[in-house]
Amino acid sequence: MSPATEPRPLEAVRLLVVDGPRAAIIIRRALDLPSLLHTGDLVVVNDAATLPASIVAHTTRGARVEIRLVASRDGARLWTAALLGDGDWRTGTEDRPAPPSVDFGDRFRAHGRLVIDVVGRHAVSRRLLDVSLGLEGREHASDAEVWAAIYAAGRPVQYAHVSLPLALWDVQNVYAARPWAVEMPSAGRAITTETLLELRKRGIGVARVTEAAGLSAVGDAAIDASFPVPERFEVLDETVRAIAEARRRGGRVIAIGTSVVRALESAARDGTLRPTEGVTDMRLGASSKRRVVDAVLSGVHESDTTHYGLLQAFVSEELLARSLRAAVDAGFVGHEFGDTVLVCGDPVEDARVTPGEKVEKLGPHVLVGPETRRSARPATQPVAFRHRAWGSDASGWASSARVPQRRDEVRPRS
Amino acid sequence: MKIRNEAVLVTGASRGLGRALSQALVKEGARVVMVARGERDLETAVREIRAELPRDGGQVHGLAFDVGDKESVHKLTGAAAALVGPIGIVVHDASTLGPVPMPLLMDTACEDFERVLAVNLVGPFRLTKVLAGPMVVKGRGLVLHMSSDAAVNAYTRWGAYGVSKAAQDHLARTFAAELDPVRFFSVDPGEMDTKMHADALPEAERATLARPGAVAQLLLEIIRNADSLPNGARLVASEIATTLAVKKTEAS
Repeated sequence: MSPATEPRPLEAVRLLVVDGPRAAIIIRRALDLPSLLHTGDLVVVNDAATLPASIVAHTTRGARVEIRLVASRDGARLWTAALLGDGDWRTGTEDRPAPPSVDFGDRFRAHGRLVIDVVGRHAVSRRLLDVSLGLEGREHASDAEVWAAIYAAGRPVQYAHVSLPLALWDVQNVYAARPWAVEMPSAGRAITTETLLELRKRGIGVARVTEAAGLSAVGDAAIDASFPVPERFEVLDETVRAIAEARRRGGRVIAIGTSVVRALESAARDGTLRPTEGVTDMRLGASSKRRVVDAVLSGVHESDTTHYGLLQAFVSEELLARSLRAAVDAGFVGHEFGDTVLVCGDPVEDARVTPGEKVEKLGPHVLVGPETRRSARPATQPVAFRHRAWGSDASGWASSARVPQRRDEVRPRS
Repeated sequence: MKIRNEAVLVTGASRGLGRALSQALVKEGARVVMVARGERDLETAVREIRAELPRDGGQVHGLAFDVGDKESVHKLTGAAAALVGPIGIVVHDASTLGPVPMPLLMDTACEDFERVLAVNLVGPFRLTKVLAGPMVVKGRGLVLHMSSDAAVNAYTRWGAYGVSKAAQDHLARTFAAELDPVRFFSVDPGEMDTKMHADALPEAERATLARPGAVAQLLLEIIRNADSLPNGARLVASEIATTLAVKKTEAS
């Protein structure tokens, strides 16, 4: 599938609906999303804003490198970062010259007064570092100064398949609120303010989680094989309550993006969904049991990606492969600015949902920040809500859904 | 709307009303990000407000950015959210008169007119465009525009500024019409003893002008009562007590 080469207006974005329970595939426009949902359903978005995670810097000997922030380990100052060789947005990461070898205590200088000191190296690759960010000559710089310097020096991660350099304006979702993501949670491009208002008009709820969507690839085989790295996430009590309410009404939970699935399923990992803040290394796949999410809106992903693996938690590999072929046949485009798929699984059964105090789940790789973490408290006793199963045609994902027989049936309605 | 613990972004915050309001908000326990162009004035203002932080809450940070510059918008909103979390209240106070002494509209250079609109109108539009989306999802939030008498009445030499403020009032009204229940107001703070006032009318009798600190208290009253005031309204700060009293009478 060819990649989309620039940000596109929503009118141009197409939507492949993969209806798991009926093994059906239809093509709509991304704009049609609200009309595919029902009163009482709940849409959950990832409100992570995209960071300017790509920073051009120089070594003390003058070599130019790119430092790509992978995850914050402590607010503005301490990050895990990947070191890339010199190159601009036209240069694919795999085509870059190798970056110079670096050691503890080495210093990079970036735009303005931003300095980046190497404070640790990861076993996975010599190019995966822990770095400390600060201001030259300002040992006691405030957090505000360091954040301002990161935003002044950094740009969003660039893509060689995109025809123009991307600015922060190009990579934010309309509801983006918390700068946690190092790459755009791009499924959210299908949601405009118009969509949000339309959903509300139709009695469809909108709730949010925050998930620090991570880098897709940096062109280093060892680092790329370790992706997705453990990612910070937060599921608020108000979101757990909204899900409980949707369940009570027989509504479905629709995740906007695989990062939302990861956050919600991680918060329900022990069988009960609770308000949770923590770090997840969860990888969903064909054998995963979904406990919260009934459907996911996502980009169109090739079969060798982890996203594609995650979608198999919703529908069979066979149906997914057929969907991918249908998307290719219909001329769908892929990657960040591409077309979208709505993958609808069998409804989640017997979900247990417990609003209340937040619990913390910190994995072996503790990544925190940017904002301060709050303290953990024990959860209250869980209450089970029986999810009403879908039965009639009217509750299907797309009433007109049917399996396309000929290629000309797989076309947008417009 | 409650103020305690709320994340607030104030532009034009290093001097005058912006600074007084930031200080008043911090005293009430808000987490305030002050934005202004001039790094030095901003640093001083933040330091002085921080010296008086209440013991049980309140935070203050300063970010030196130009709100009239499109490239600055995501930089300042991103850094602000990293510092205090998603912004719940935005106060558009940054404002420019254009060149002073203020020329007649006919003698105003096209570039000066555009710059006034960029700072006073397009800047707030862009900031709201970035910050109001999460408020829509949440179903709550507040955006305040600092307006002026010159938005309603045409005064000679106040052309560029007056036009920008009139348009800003309408920006608030339109956002309110589209995004309710997120609240949008424009507020005429009245004539205050500020640098801007001195730039515009250097011969004015300072004793007759309101103190920014006193006007800031009126703005707090507007924020506290944001849910009961008509969305999109143009409010006059000095009349807020009367407006709220009338509102209460109507309700009962």
